[in-house]
This record gives sequence, structure tokens and C-alpha cells, in this order.
Amino acid sequence: MKVNVAADKCVAAGQCVLLAPDVFDQRDEDGVVVLLDETPGPESHDAVRESAMVCPAAAIHLAES
Amino acid sequence: MNRVVIVGASAGGLAAAESLRRMGFAGVITLVGDEPRPPYDRPPLSKQLLTGQWAPAKLALRPAADLDALGLELRLGLPATGLDPGRKQVTLADETRVPYDAVIIATGVRARRLPGTDGLAGVHTLRTLPDALALKERLRPGRHLVIAGAGFVGAEVAATARALGVRVTLLEAGPVPLGQAVGEEAGRFLTRLHHDHGVAVHTEAVVTEILSAEGTVTGVRLSDATVLPADDVLVAIGSVPNTEWLAGSGLTVDDGLACDQFCSAAENVYGAGDVARWHNPLFGTAMRIEHRTNAAEQGMAVARNILGEPRPFAPVPYFWSDQYDVKIQAYGHLRDHDEALVMDSDLSRRQFLVAYRRGERVAGVLAVGKSPKILRAWRSLIAAGGPWTAALTSPTAA
Repeated sequence: MKVNVAADKCVAAGQCVLLAPDVFDQRDEDGVVVLLDETPGPESHDAVRESAMVCPAAAIHLAES
Repeated sequence: MNRVVIVGASAGGLAAAESLRRMGFAGVITLVGDEPRPPYDRPPLSKQLLTGQWAPAKLALRPAADLDALGLELRLGLPATGLDPGRKQVTLADETRVPYDAVIIATGVRARRLPGTDGLAGVHTLRTLPDALALKERLRPGRHLVIAGAGFVGAEVAATARALGVRVTLLEAGPVPLGQAVGEEAGRFLTRLHHDHGVAVHTEAVVTEILSAEGTVTGVRLSDATVLPADDVLVAIGSVPNTEWLAGSGLTVDDGLACDQFCSAAENVYGAGDVARWHNPLFGTAMRIEHRTNAAEQGMAVARNILGEPRPFAPVPYFWSDQYDVKIQAYGHLRDHDEALVMDSDLSRRQFLVAYRRGERVAGVLAVGKSPKILRAWRSLIAAGGPWTAALTSPTAA
């Protein structure tokens, strides 16, 4: 799995950080998403998929291998 | 479980469809939508779309290939007209009947209109992409936009229109803009932002008449007889749940589709998103939430409850709003609070934080210009049903 984030679409809701804190973080100044791990391990896949699904800006895109 | 019909092809309906597939459901999913285009995102309509920063294509909720991969039976541009829970079928506007084993009602809301204004040029509402494109055409420097209703849609459009050089008058029926939604303290802080950006804000101002000449709006008359000339009028006075099509279905409709804590309205019938009024056990009350994040979360929850062991849907509601250079974020159940306590208010730094008490617990928080870490700490407190005393001593307050 490869994770892509569109920072220009991010609305800083932080839903991804709540669900997958090992993969996503937020910039302190404006809350915009920071991708910590663009190829997370299988243990994170469900949480990452859920993050992509609930992201209110559709800013997370996954390429599944 | 072989056939799931999802009525409503926006954020909630799409999340339900994706979740069903992710959980391994291989049956037929029919996704019905009254709009003719694939699922798109609405929050940017009042902001990036209106400014022209984003083209409509950027609003797509999923790339076409991802949508194709879900293998949905798409029925777009075709409203549902009826539901028969006995026969377990949904009727569409072309008279076709679609059978289901489970149906998800995610038909959302529509903008409330002022009576007698249909077809009048220059009178707008903002809910759909065509609404936004029509309004965008009219926002030109020096023109005068009157916005009836100072809720979040009205306030966001006011901010966008000012950035485009439009003269803006914002009308609020109550004493404080947004007072009903977030309390008077937060409402007053946000009103100051609009003042500072040159918006004329009128409170206790109710539109009693839309003035027009030759089929085009020319202004509004207020209840105190004031006449405001206008090139355009945006009617932003809230929304109406799309439930009329459920008449005769036997389902309970009362400002939205009545659902239990599992988001179920009847056997094999579920509600998700703006249209659903469900019992949220975390706050012990029924609520209907028109927030972007709730639509997706509730769509996912319904998919889980259809395929697995039903679990109560007990989220901490979240919303954000972007106005001028500030981001407003809120967690929890802000309405019907017993107390709103301002813990920080600094207009020059554009920072604000108010906590909401309901009974003896922390029910919500609204912040402007605060770091994500601070907000997450508040969210945890609200999710845990934390006592009000914990909010008062919270080191994250400032």
C-alpha cells in the first residue's frame, strides 16, 4: 500500500490522526496533514483505509498493490 | 444479504458503499442519486469553487477509476420517489422498482427557500454545484450581495465574496449571528471578524419581501421596513431534510428520518448523513447533524451494522468552517448547552476558545486558531464524558 496526501485539499480536520497516528500527523501551525509513513505496514492498513474513507476533504489517496 | 440499495449519492452514501465492499460484501449495490454527476464534495462550494481557485472537477470525491472499482450499479440523475418496506423495494422517478435486502437512506437536505422567489434572477441558494456556479458568475467587484441568514453557509459566502471585492450585507434574524448554533459568545467573536472585513451585519433583521423588477431581484425589504438594494440575494436560512419521498412508507419522519442508536429506522432500513435523526448514546439524545464528517462516519457505521454485529453509533460530532484567514473547529454537541465559558478570546491574534457545559459534563468545544493537539485533548475529554471540573482545570485551555 502506498499513501498519497493532497495537502492543498486538506481541511485540517485531523480524522486521519485520530485513526492512524503512526501514519498521519498534523502541522502545529495550521493543522494540515503530515504523512509520516507513505508505505505503512499491514497492521496499519485497515486504519489507513478508514482514514481515506472518512477524510472530509477526500485528500487521502491509496494505491493498493 | 444479496442486494443493498443506497439512496443518496453524496458523502454518506459513498462511504456506505465503500465500507460494504471493504468488508467483503460481493452482492449488488445500487447507488441512487438525484444529481446527474458522480459524488462530489460540498464544503468547497462556498469557498474554493466560488473564488475560482478550484475547477469543478477537483470536487470529485473519488477518482473515476476508484469509483469504477467498487462495481456499483449507479442510478444517477434519478430521484427515488417511494419506499415500500413490506415489498422491500425502492421506486425511482422512471417508475423502475429496485428490490433490496437492506436499504440505506442518505438523501441529505436541500436549501430552504423563500416562498415566491422561484425563477427570480439574482436570488440564490447554495447547496449544489449548479447553485455555486450560478452564484460565482454574479460575484463581481463593486456589486452588492445581500445574504439572508448568518449561519455557516452565509458567513462563509460573506468571507469569500469580500475577498472578491463584492459589497456584502449579512442579515441575521436573531440578536447574534450563529447564536443558535454556537452560542452568543462565539457568535459575537465571529461577527467581529466580519465587521473587520467590511461586511455590514444587521441583526434582528428578517426579510419580509424580495423586491424585483422585470423578473430580476432589486433588493429586500426587512421587517422594520428598511429597504436594502441588492444586485443579488443569497438565501441561507437553513435546510430541509429530503424525506418527502418516504411518505406512505410507514417510516417515522420528524425533522429527518427517525433512527435508533444503530441508525436503523425499521427492519433492514437505515439512515445516514444529514437526513438521519438518530439517538446518539454518547450524549443521550437524538440528533440530526449536517456536518461533512458525520456523513462519512455514519455511512461507515451503517455498513458495519448491516453486515456485522450491530454497534451503537456514538460519535463526537466535529465541524470546521473557514472564514477569511481563520479556521473554526468544533467538537461535541454545542446546541442546547447550559453554559458557554470563554477560556480565551484575543481578536488581534485571531484566537478564541469556548467550552460548552451540559449538565455536569463537558459537551463541546469551539476554537479559532488553536493547534490540533489542543483540540484533540478537548475531543478526548468530550468523548470520555468528562466532568465540567476537568475542563476548568484543563492545562490545554490556553
